[in-house]
Amino acid sequence: MKILVPVKRVIDYNIKVRVKADNTGVDLANVKMAMNPFDEIAIEEALRLKEADVASEVVAISCGVTACQETLRTAMALGADRGILVETDVELQPLAVAKLLKAIALNESPQLIILGKQAIDDDANQTGQMLAALMGWPQATFASKVVVDVAAGSVTVTREVDGGSETLALTLPAIVTTDLRLNEPRYATLPNIMKAKKKPLDVIKPEALGVDVTPRLTTLKVTDPAPRSAGVKVANVAELIHKLKNEAKVIA
Amino acid sequence: MSILVIAEHDNLTLKVATRNAIAAAAKINITLATEIHVLVAGVACGDAAQQAAAVAGVAKVIVADAAHYGDQTAENLAALIVAQAGGHTHILAAATSNGKNTLPRVAALLDVAQISDIIAVLDADTFVRPIYAGNALATVKSADPVKVITVRTTGFDAVEASGGHAVIENIQASTDLGQAKLVNRELTKSARPELAAAKIIVSGGRGMGSGENYHTVLEPLADKLGAAMGASRAAVDAGFVSNDYQVGQTGKIVAPQLYIAIGISGAIQHLAGMKDSKVIVAINKDPDAPIFQVADYGLVADLFQAVPELVAAL
Ligand SMILES: Cc1cc2nc3c(=O)[nH]c(=O)nc-3n(C[C@H](O)[C@H](O)[C@H](O)COP(=O)(O)OP(=O)(O)OC[C@H]3O[C@@H](n4cnc5c(N)ncnc54)[C@H](O)[C@@H]3O)c2cc1C
Ligand SMILES: Cc1cc2nc3c(=O)[nH]c(=O)nc-3n(C[C@H](O)[C@H](O)[C@H](O)COP(=O)(O)OP(=O)(O)OC[C@H]3O[C@@H](n4cnc5c(N)ncnc54)[C@H](O)[C@@H]3O)c2cc1C
Repeated sequence: MKILVPVKRVIDYNIKVRVKADNTGVDLANVKMAMNPFDEIAIEEALRLKEADVASEVVAISCGVTACQETLRTAMALGADRGILVETDVELQPLAVAKLLKAIALNESPQLIILGKQAIDDDANQTGQMLAALMGWPQATFASKVVVDVAAGSVTVTREVDGGSETLALTLPAIVTTDLRLNEPRYATLPNIMKAKKKPLDVIKPEALGVDVTPRLTTLKVTDPAPRSAGVKVANVAELIHKLKNEAKVIA
Repeated sequence: MSILVIAEHDNLTLKVATRNAIAAAAKINITLATEIHVLVAGVACGDAAQQAAAVAGVAKVIVADAAHYGDQTAENLAALIVAQAGGHTHILAAATSNGKNTLPRVAALLDVAQISDIIAVLDADTFVRPIYAGNALATVKSADPVKVITVRTTGFDAVEASGGHAVIENIQASTDLGQAKLVNRELTKSARPELAAAKIIVSGGRGMGSGENYHTVLEPLADKLGAAMGASRAAVDAGFVSNDYQVGQTGKIVAPQLYIAIGISGAIQHLAGMKDSKVIVAINKDPDAPIFQVADYGLVADLFQAVPELVAAL
């Protein structure tokens, strides 16, 4: 069974972004980029399935600018067998990414596609669900546990939901999106980083896949959120209670 | 043409989040002046449908009652919503785990974009949504014929639960796709208010040290204040509490009247989930903890001393 893992190149999660002065977006010049943390979890899960002999091949895919090759090399250093870059400078929105991934899935015939539940830049939380819809496959989003039964042609997934958790049984092929507690991703070792440089990485263009990636949403402007006015330090519990009662009036 | 809101419910009760989504629909409707319809899909969901019909501003409640909607699985729900999509300019749901699970699927089937987590409506095509963990706000305009939108509940005050007299229309269920089956559901039972709708939240982080401390130290405070309880990711990852307590960019987004962060450092991912609270209190022994930059009232203290003192003094 083959597993596809789409991996997105995003701003490093430790960095607090700054909105550009002309309000056209956020400033990404010279900012550290990394693999979306949820996608590291997706790669890890796929690798564990391979190490357990459930999966035979793990293919990482990224859609975006040339520099996404670095993200794919990271995925391969972690253990993915090969990489595919769908290269474009066009702003990609989730529906376009889902259509590109569908075109690749139709060529690759995976049984499972594991995505992150959300990318930490655009926070859309859409791509996996959209891909599932386009493929006509079942989906289990926000996964905290994944058990594949190849013989039965099913995958059982525990999901983190608002009130607690739930477990779904899906027929394969299927889509899974990862939540934070699915696993703890490994680190790439230096020898594996070197080996990853020799692993195959295909580069294709959206046109070659016959996909129109024109954005559907126009970003009119990007602004700073309203700042919070600076607060005060209180000296002790008594002062805190006094302020909450008499100044903020949030407790009786 | 009308606006369709997907109800969030458990067959018996309509969740408040639905009324937040209806509030967003009402904002969109200011320029459209059309009707707001609510879709209730479930099994034996008559009670939830009745409650939806009573919500202020709702003109029609569409009910699809069938066994295969009982568990709210995305595949069947999305197929039903798409079958109902004709005649609607907008399809909205609250950005709950159900809404986030289902609406992107609906959008893809309709070949339109989905707009996630809107916090403001500028006109019928233009919306504001947070990006980068709320550190930037994007104003986006959609050119799609149908706008499929999830609504951040903290962005819109819920409309009144009563005052409406909607007609109820029963519709045919779509066929069961049979692709996904619920095996088990473990919902946290609690007498406390729901995190997403609470007026006061007491939230604990890694500083609590253990699950036992979390409960013995924080519960008395939450009891005194009638508060819901939340946690940072670190506290959830360490197993102090279950995942549904997590507040943050990738957990729940909350905006209570009062948020008390105890033993939480204030990472950007945590702030993303609570920085729109009306009043923020932080209790942390590290005077340089970033949480103090957003706190209205900061108390530099050992929580194991300060919290019991607070409980005693309230
Ligand atoms: C140069 C450039 C400029 C952009 N400017 C803007 C802008 O101004 N405004 C705007 O709204 N958007 C912009 N985008 C697009 C935006 O950054 C997101 O890529 C897009 O909206 C998808 O949303 P998401 O990543 O939040 O999706 P989600 O649905 O949150 O992503 C979930 C998962 O889908 C997979 N995935 C998503 N994207 C990719 C990908 N590209 N490759 C591989 N896997 C992927 C990953 O597994 C990820 O974890 C731009 C993109 C580029 C390349
Ligand atoms: C992709 C991604 C998504 C994430 N999503 C979320 C999210 O949704 N929500 C979230 O919360 N985090 C999220 N995080 C994690 C986030 O980056 C932080 O790691 C996390 O919020 C830290 O939790 P904490 O503040 O409890 O722990 P710490 O940062 O370890 O802080 C503990 C604090 O407790 C204080 N303390 C310790 N002992 C005492 C004492 N006795 N008395 C008083 N104070 C004490 C310390 O001074 C310290 O400030 C995410 C991270 C990533 C990478």
